[in-house]
Amino acid sequence: MPAFPQAADASTRNTQLRANLRHATHTIRAKRAAAVAELDDWSRLRAAGAAIKDRTLRHLDQYLEQLESAVTAAGGQVHWAADADEANRIVTELVRATGEREVVKVKSMATQEIGLNGALATAGITAYETDLAELIVQLGDDLPSHILVPAIHRNRGEIRDIFTEKMSQWGRPAPEGLTDAPADLAEAARLHLREKFLNAKVGISGANFMVAETGTLVVVESEGNGRMCLTLPETLISVVGIEKVVPTFQDLEVFLQLLPRSSTAERMNPYTSTWTGTTDADGPRAFHLVLLDNGRTDTLADTVGRQALRCIRCSACLNVCPVYERAGGHAYGSAYPGPIGAILTPQLRGTQSELDASLPYASSLCGACYEVCPVAIDIPEILVHLRERVVEGGPASVRGTRTVIKPAKGHAAERAAMRAARWALDHPRLLRTGQRLASRTRRFHPRRLPGPGRAWSDTRELPKVPEESFRDWWQRTRGGSGTGSGTEGRKKTT
Amino acid sequence: MRVALFITCVNDTLYPRTGQAVVTLLERLGVEVGFPEAQSCCGQPQFNTGYRHETEPLLRRYAMAFRDYEYVVTPSGSCAAMVRDNYPRMGAKAAAEGRGQELADAAAEAVPKTYELTEFLTDVLKVTDVGAYYPHTVTYHPTCHGLRMLKLGDRPRSLLAAVKGLNLVELPGAEECCGFGGTFAVKNAAVSAAMGADKARNITATGAEAVCTLDNSCQLHIGGTLARQGSTVRPVHLAEILASTEGDVW
Amino acid sequence: MDSRALVMARIRRALTDVPRTETPGEVPVERTYHRVHGDRTAARTVDLLAENLADYRALVHRADAPSSLPALIARLLADRGATSVAVPPGLPGSWLSDVPDTVRRVPDTAELTPHDLDAVSSVVTGCAVAIAETGTVVLDAAPDQGRRRITLVPDHHICVIRVTDQVVDSVPEALERLDPVRPLTWISGPSATSDIELDRVEGVHGPRTLEVILAGPESAGQS
Repeated sequence: MPAFPQAADASTRNTQLRANLRHATHTIRAKRAAAVAELDDWSRLRAAGAAIKDRTLRHLDQYLEQLESAVTAAGGQVHWAADADEANRIVTELVRATGEREVVKVKSMATQEIGLNGALATAGITAYETDLAELIVQLGDDLPSHILVPAIHRNRGEIRDIFTEKMSQWGRPAPEGLTDAPADLAEAARLHLREKFLNAKVGISGANFMVAETGTLVVVESEGNGRMCLTLPETLISVVGIEKVVPTFQDLEVFLQLLPRSSTAERMNPYTSTWTGTTDADGPRAFHLVLLDNGRTDTLADTVGRQALRCIRCSACLNVCPVYERAGGHAYGSAYPGPIGAILTPQLRGTQSELDASLPYASSLCGACYEVCPVAIDIPEILVHLRERVVEGGPASVRGTRTVIKPAKGHAAERAAMRAARWALDHPRLLRTGQRLASRTRRFHPRRLPGPGRAWSDTRELPKVPEESFRDWWQRTRGGSGTGSGTEGRKKTT
Repeated sequence: MRVALFITCVNDTLYPRTGQAVVTLLERLGVEVGFPEAQSCCGQPQFNTGYRHETEPLLRRYAMAFRDYEYVVTPSGSCAAMVRDNYPRMGAKAAAEGRGQELADAAAEAVPKTYELTEFLTDVLKVTDVGAYYPHTVTYHPTCHGLRMLKLGDRPRSLLAAVKGLNLVELPGAEECCGFGGTFAVKNAAVSAAMGADKARNITATGAEAVCTLDNSCQLHIGGTLARQGSTVRPVHLAEILASTEGDVW
Repeated sequence: MDSRALVMARIRRALTDVPRTETPGEVPVERTYHRVHGDRTAARTVDLLAENLADYRALVHRADAPSSLPALIARLLADRGATSVAVPPGLPGSWLSDVPDTVRRVPDTAELTPHDLDAVSSVVTGCAVAIAETGTVVLDAAPDQGRRRITLVPDHHICVIRVTDQVVDSVPEALERLDPVRPLTWISGPSATSDIELDRVEGVHGPRTLEVILAGPESAGQS
């Protein structure tokens, strides 16, 4: 995968992609704002959501043990996966044990993150994605580009073409003369997937929440594909990140208000399913819960970055992000695009690859993401914190071990420039000398800059350097009066 | 009342006119303004790029330069936000790294006295009508750090609304970032330019003669993009509008 | 070390900043949010439920007069042209008393397969609780609602809410009434998707028609 700037450079020039993303994100923005404005206690719900997650994270070991006992007592089986490979291995074995070669899947970020479908395919098991957008992505042999709407980069016409061309390769073909009306496309998906649901013996899901106190899992969805996968098969396997636990059943009262309004801008999403272990004669007879670490404990070890684990995957931050809107989700190179991806991916995977080291810089720090986050994750703060890790290195946890990591490669010139700039700025006389030099040579300044400066001057005019700086104006007109405290040329402190 | 102007490095070097406007405006309102020459940069470019340790001397310098002042007024929402939000963080991190309280103390001294210009006017001087006259059609772009970090709310608009002769026109998508973002503008030049191009088109479409902001660093980007698009809309800092009077139109 | 022990050890190492004596209860959670948004009479709450259900395209009916419920259910099934109806084991007998025998009753049994259910026209159930502020009905698989699959596979769901004791204002009030041990299905309007251009369209995999009957105290024709 190329680093973010290179990938984004290509996507900003894709006018179809830009139009699709702009339309979709702007459609949902206003709706979310209206849904949130209906509740006059939104800021308090938000604070409570953040606090409940913080409580959970600070005592995660206790809550996971409690969850495990409750799930086991209710007839479920709990498995632990330290990383993606282990999770994939566990799920593959569980499916194999049923003797089935096909599974139906509810959209799940955790299984996307670990690349479960690929691992199952290698083992000869076909996973059918049943969420409409995931289906579009799977049929189009594409990658998801949004947390809530993985096919957000596709418009209705493109979706019609994918259905018409590809459905027959996976099962029931698209109806003759399929139009691009969203209702018709939804109907085509219904027909195509119904045979899969009715025959499915194994379902695979994630979960939005797990209740430690009761062992209850929660899936929040819209289409009913979740209900199909959670209730019709004989075996249900849920792969869930360890940070998805909440302490009590009552705590759901906060998240079931925050999540729907933040994600699809609804008072409540069409369907929410909860289940606790297995229930006699209703739903799957076997339930397996695979608890996934895969970098989450490393994230937990960082007292600034930890708050990223509050995330409830609503995708509100993507929908308001001006960078996401132009770069598109694929540029982020992971299951988690947008602002949350820019802070989550480099924490889950580390900052060593060029792509992962570029993600914390994929933001203008405008703060729109923090403003809409329903669990108050200060994304800009974490972005800057991770930028420091990239350029300065420092203490971090890597696969559970505390270590001091080196600065990422390729920042030496920048580091030198920053140091020089700081040195000049810490010596205002030098600054003044530089300003005067710039003023004196202003007539000779080029319109376009060479080298790295081209990144600026290719698209923007350079400012004209004034005849004199403010500093010089002040000295000339005020004669150095009222210069107050602080002495020029004081001793260097570092 | 001892009031210092924190000019910021961008204004000092590229936009001295904005600083002159602040001095003119505050003196017209009866405020005596000082300019401690030991001041330099708030350190935001370094800090936001990840060079926290390179930023620390600039935090110390800021606290030292303004030690003798009760108020520090700056015509930059972004630099004020840097002081208010990030200086305490830097202090806390230095303390957590076992380097004592010195930086945290410097931050604690700097933060409460620092005011962005519109905050100082409306909260300290408690004026919204500063007696300004500016006979132009203007659109207003609320820059991100003023909007979301300082939460300036309707302070800038109230000040603009009281300016005689000024015709304020709405900017579509006003609260979207212009795409500057400091080193973002260079590190992610394509996305930055795309954001800037959209912002500039929205600005031109308002039919305004000028676009007003509280941050000349954003204006650097917006103005540069407008010029490249061939737009005649000129960027202007709010201070320059507020400094303008019937006898002295800026 | 097995993975459980490994992950647990990682978590404990990650949390060295948390004082060992700290208990979860010591991490403050301020529940200053509203238990209910607004102040309404019971009748107004039912009206709000009806409005919000309708806003998400559920078809809302009222049955207030004595014995009106069986007639209404019979009419809704007839309007739909239903030839069969899934029946939860504990559905009050009178509810289907006006439905002609030509409409086949399909009892909810363990033998009923998804394929069988796919051939069933409609399903009639009660509910556990309904939430006015969000327009939600919650099923908890009690005998008057049956197993989860019977309200999922048929394309037409008629759900009866007793307005006297099953309507609450808010999500917090609903959770308080529900038993987490039971499998719960929260339903807010028919199946929908926002997956095409982030615009909402009704009708994907779940029942595409949800009809909700707000049944007054007299309507079921029972004591």
